[in-house]
Amino acid sequence: MDTTLILTIISLCSIGILASVILYFVSQKFKVYEDPRIDDVEKILPGANCGGCGYPGCRGFAEKIVESTTMEGFFCPVGGSETMDQVATLLDRVADVKDPMVAVVRCNGVFAKRPTTNVYDGDRKCSIASSLYAGETDCGYGCLGMGDCVDVCQFDAIHVSKETGIVIVNQDNCTACGACVTACPKNIIELRKRGVKDRRVFVSCINKDKGGVAMKACKAACIGCKKCQTACPFDAIIIENNVAYIDYNKCKLCRKCVTVCPTGAIVDENFPTPAPMPKPVVKPENISTAKPVAIPSINKEEKAIEEIQSTDVKPIVENNNDKSE
Amino acid sequence: MLKSFKIGGIHPKDNKISAGEKIEIMPIQKLVTIYLSQHIGAPAVATVKKGDMVKVGDLIGKSNGFISANVHSSVCGTVKSIDNVKDSSGLQKMAVVITVADEELWNENIIRDDKLVSEIVLSQQDIVKRVTEAGIVGLGGATFPSNVKLMIPNGKTATALVVNGVECEPYLTADHRLMLEKADEILVGIRIVCKALGVNTAYVGIENNKIDAINLLKEKVSKIKDIKIAIVALKLQYPQGSEKQLIDATMNREVPSGGLPIDVGAVVQNVGTIFAIYEAVQKNKPLFERVVTVTGKSLKTAKNLLVRVGTPITELIDYCGGIPEDTAKIIGGGPMMGRAMANLGGCITKGSSGVLMMNDIESKRAKESYCIRCAKCVGVCPMGLEPYQIVAFARLRRWDDIMELAAYDCIECGSCSFTCPAHIPLLDNIRIAKAESMKILRSKK
Repeated sequence: MDTTLILTIISLCSIGILASVILYFVSQKFKVYEDPRIDDVEKILPGANCGGCGYPGCRGFAEKIVESTTMEGFFCPVGGSETMDQVATLLDRVADVKDPMVAVVRCNGVFAKRPTTNVYDGDRKCSIASSLYAGETDCGYGCLGMGDCVDVCQFDAIHVSKETGIVIVNQDNCTACGACVTACPKNIIELRKRGVKDRRVFVSCINKDKGGVAMKACKAACIGCKKCQTACPFDAIIIENNVAYIDYNKCKLCRKCVTVCPTGAIVDENFPTPAPMPKPVVKPENISTAKPVAIPSINKEEKAIEEIQSTDVKPIVENNNDKSE
Repeated sequence: MLKSFKIGGIHPKDNKISAGEKIEIMPIQKLVTIYLSQHIGAPAVATVKKGDMVKVGDLIGKSNGFISANVHSSVCGTVKSIDNVKDSSGLQKMAVVITVADEELWNENIIRDDKLVSEIVLSQQDIVKRVTEAGIVGLGGATFPSNVKLMIPNGKTATALVVNGVECEPYLTADHRLMLEKADEILVGIRIVCKALGVNTAYVGIENNKIDAINLLKEKVSKIKDIKIAIVALKLQYPQGSEKQLIDATMNREVPSGGLPIDVGAVVQNVGTIFAIYEAVQKNKPLFERVVTVTGKSLKTAKNLLVRVGTPITELIDYCGGIPEDTAKIIGGGPMMGRAMANLGGCITKGSSGVLMMNDIESKRAKESYCIRCAKCVGVCPMGLEPYQIVAFARLRRWDDIMELAAYDCIECGSCSFTCPAHIPLLDNIRIAKAESMKILRSKK
């Protein structure tokens, strides 16, 4: 054999051995310890990288939860309690019990109830339209129906309905990641408790205008009449700035508020139809036993609402005429 | 060679229909609605209550904070209500509604004659105080409280006053008419502001389509000896009325990115504001009326009206012959910076410079197509930004990338949208990008 060849093999091998020795010591010196549990946790997580937990992606969440010693403040809305239980058992901790949530749209101003009063011809994005003006209807609080929430939803759980002009949440797909909540410039979307058998009751309106003004803009608006507050046996309803809000932790889904609401602003979802409640029995019983003091005020308000309803038709018609002229 | 700003700019057709119409005094209506927030900053707090009698020029809203302004009654009458009222954008705003009385009484402190008072007796501090009390805001459209501009922050020095008589917005002629009819008052006003700032140089920038105003002011300025006022004729170019561009055009200085005019020693005031300051300082008259151009190609008679703040916009249009049949959009302000009104029930505010009725063809937005990377928007941007790139990132919600493109420097002039051959709504998206980048800037501070 040629000596050149032998020399080459020997020298290359010795360089290789030398390099491997150096690399071994360097890797020992600069070793970064990574908890193997991070990978395990990441495997359990859904891998949606939606950011709904508040951390940058599933890996970021896994790193932080392994680093921390508690489960407090860590919750994956996509995986829900099931995933969190698995993570907790892996890390030998006890998972927080959290109710599954779902996004609800607090606007019921469909075309039929909330007439369009002007035409928007800019870029059809809610954020842009709401930075410029109130919107295509007279209600300055309602859904603009241009779908900023649809753009940010990674789970195909929210859509703009062409028939009604407002957005609808598909509760089977919704993971309550909260992306739509932050995207909505009008703050209409809220995360609420999914409820027993997915049954929920909520006020589907955030219009803070006074009753008359709100009714003029939208027939499905909450007018802040306080009827629901009086009817609620569990003190779950708060009325602030002329709009009612149902506390989902206190609500027992009795639906008394739904029956008394004069505008239909309180919505019940996923209850079996027809409603099993005989209306006339509920109303007097509840008022006379619960809060007898409130009766006169209710009557007044009923009248006021009737007046609003009878007078409010005219201006809207006039407005339409103005527009067509 | 006429001066102008160096970067970008466009040349929209100027359509100054009402340039030859003298300023007419608009009759007072039966009901006025005066919003408590007619300026940038905190809304004023109402100082009157329902049923109160108010005279013309009485204080009805008190300034609430450093950046805020007083609001005065523009009529004599009784307060009907203080409530939320829809403005022309359709949003609710706190307002004082006043029923006008038959007999008009004015606040006793106001000097009600047209005699020119050229002697400035007030001291520097008193001038600023008077301007603050009179609730004067920038009448060019931004409605920034003028007294804040007159107070030079510590560590900064003003070297010159720049007066904005450019009126680069197409259609509008309010400032043009004011310069022609109130030239003497404006020159006194300039001297007042110079005294308040402690400077003795003023530049008045006027675009070349107002030759009569340029000549008139040049003639009058030659008689003024105590301070140096330069009337600068400028080349027709939009957006020359923006303060940063105007400083570049008149003083040849560039305001640094994210900076204010005072960083280069300039204070910019609109001619309308200068006139209001003259009236406040020499006549003790608060700001409650302004010149509004009511115009449009199909309007019967385009007019320049001296209107009391709070007059319903519909009344102005009716006074000029009613809404023309082909009207598709009614715009508050000029066609470039103004906003289409969603609700005609709105009222004139301190910032309303015009009411413009546009027909179908003029106002229709063309259908958006794809960006062809022609870079026309980059060429016309007066701030040297890259609008197409900002919009691309804004649509992807990549706010960090937008920060690198300095979207916060945008002056919202709309030159990019005007020039885009693909009709991409560039400015609409940049506004969102600007708002987001401002948020990031503020959180960093």
